[in-house]
Amino acid sequence: MTELTYLQAISAALWEEMEADERVLLLGEDIGPFGGAFKVTKGFVERFGERRVMDMPMSEWAFVGAAIGAAMLGLRPVVEIQFADFIATPFDMIVNQAATCYYRWQAPVPLVIRAPSGGGLRAGPFHSQNPEAWFVHRPGLKVVAPASPRDAKGLLRAAIRDNNPVIYFENKYLYRKVKEDVPDGDWTVPIGQADVKRRGRDVSVIAYGSMVYEALEAAETVAAGGIDVEVLDLRTLLPLDRDAILGTAERTGKVIVVHEATLTGGVGGEVTAIIAEHAFELLDAPLVRLAAPDTPVPFSPPLEDFFRPNAVKIAEAVRKLAAY
Amino acid sequence: MTLATAVRSLTRDDLHTLLYWMRLTRAFDDRVRLLYNQGRIPGAAFSQRGHEAISVGSSFALGPDDVVAPMHRDLGAYLLRGMTPRRIMAQMMGRVTGVSRGRDVNTHGMGDLSLNIIGYVSPLPDSMPLAVGAALAFQYRGEARVALTYFGDGSSSEGGCHESLNLAAVWRAPVVFICENNQYAYSTPLSRQLTVENIADRAAGYGFPGIVVDGNDVLAVYEATQAAMARARRGDGPTLIECKTMRMLGHAYHDDGSYVPRDLLDEWSRRDPLLVYERQLRDLGALTDDELAALDRRIAAQVDDAVDFAEASPWPAGEDCLEGVYAL
Repeated sequence: MTELTYLQAISAALWEEMEADERVLLLGEDIGPFGGAFKVTKGFVERFGERRVMDMPMSEWAFVGAAIGAAMLGLRPVVEIQFADFIATPFDMIVNQAATCYYRWQAPVPLVIRAPSGGGLRAGPFHSQNPEAWFVHRPGLKVVAPASPRDAKGLLRAAIRDNNPVIYFENKYLYRKVKEDVPDGDWTVPIGQADVKRRGRDVSVIAYGSMVYEALEAAETVAAGGIDVEVLDLRTLLPLDRDAILGTAERTGKVIVVHEATLTGGVGGEVTAIIAEHAFELLDAPLVRLAAPDTPVPFSPPLEDFFRPNAVKIAEAVRKLAAY
Repeated sequence: MTLATAVRSLTRDDLHTLLYWMRLTRAFDDRVRLLYNQGRIPGAAFSQRGHEAISVGSSFALGPDDVVAPMHRDLGAYLLRGMTPRRIMAQMMGRVTGVSRGRDVNTHGMGDLSLNIIGYVSPLPDSMPLAVGAALAFQYRGEARVALTYFGDGSSSEGGCHESLNLAAVWRAPVVFICENNQYAYSTPLSRQLTVENIADRAAGYGFPGIVVDGNDVLAVYEATQAAMARARRGDGPTLIECKTMRMLGHAYHDDGSYVPRDLLDEWSRRDPLLVYERQLRDLGALTDDELAALDRRIAAQVDDAVDFAEASPWPAGEDCLEGVYAL
């Protein structure tokens, strides 16, 4: 075991996969001597050289495309998009090329795109977004969004070893805020498996990314009032773990889905639809979605605090649902 | 270039091989048009007429381990790289024996890594960065391989074209870019797309050579491509070759192309790449009437066989669409 922050866990997964597999290389803006905007790749270029830690010009469309071409020709590139907000620039490459090549002509594209996402850092509309739903709507991609350091490491390893394009949303709010003991050695967290982070009987909170911690905090808050909350961390958003989603719905009969991304067209809609379709008879209350309102991410602290779900808002929703 | 310099590096067999691929491309394409008009090819199909010298001449310069990323008017490149007329015709007809097993339409998605062909998607020039990435993989492993890709005058206006050319330059990547300037992006003429005379002139802005060649002269295209391939293989980086031609038919077969001035087409029809090449071979004394007739008979039989094969091939079952979204 080694105690790692969320950020260190991501770095460790990259480092160890690069040590283990010569085909793994990194492409991104300012990831070389500068170590990346968030220092995830600090020290990498010194160890692995510029051949494997490649600083990119501001050409996300082209270098994601180049990563796709290199992946087809046998490499396993890991691309860092400096902020998830900028992933709109190579969107075409991701959804039209990477997602479809295997389906159309059986060319595997073993590519990982790391996208630091999320708000709460007073970073404004273009350094705070959560664009995961855009990619969840694209068959051929896999989408993961780990919350814990352990999952961050295990899922990144699994993503690098996967023969499909994986969009890896790392929540930058968590980078240095959470740490835990992470097992050493060679192991992965399988893509497609959710994880019950807290067992409970009364209400299920389904979350991912930073909202997992807010949900756990809310669960502690309401526990004092006798409400026993189960927290399910989705971990993977495409493919969703339907069994785990239906399992928690069955156990509590009352479900809240929480995400930092905006409400309409968000992952919460899909999760609640799965439950409504397959577990309607097991429900004791209407399904609840708690998400950011349908606006761009605002900058000013009072605005962003209103915008972003948190433990207080989740606890409030839990109490209301428990009383239904 | 002069005919003599190109021919010096080619044997008589080579010259006939080029003729074969060009005439196969034309015959196959003519049959596709017929089948499309008869309703035997669903969807859409893109005309190749006018582009045969470009796709054949350039891909003839590829070595066996080089990678090519062609687009929709590069039928000759697919054929030359070993994709059989049978597979391609079955692809056109949406049959299970087609390259994409019915998943992608006409020449789209006709990739096959065992033949070193990267398939394309409809948004263009989306193959350009993939070719740069293939070249990156070659550099990474220290392999003396080259990637060749194509784009059109239409895609030259996309930001991705600039990004790809620039990235290739920065990496000094072993890649050759062929610009097929056929004067129209669907219905939009060059005058509404750009103000410079040559797209190749833009290469100077990236610090690598840009060359203009007659896209209807297969030997000129071949020679320019071969030189660019050699340069890339030496580690000297990319080259942009602009091949000037004319799209002689509509964008695809549903389009009559009536917006193209008649006299422009008349002018270019006199420069038809097949006619130009036939004349060159005859002037060299390298082609007889009998040889040409025998070649065309062989080609017609191949095209007939491809159609028979495709039409005898099964359709995919509807539920097959669910399979193979993800690689294992």
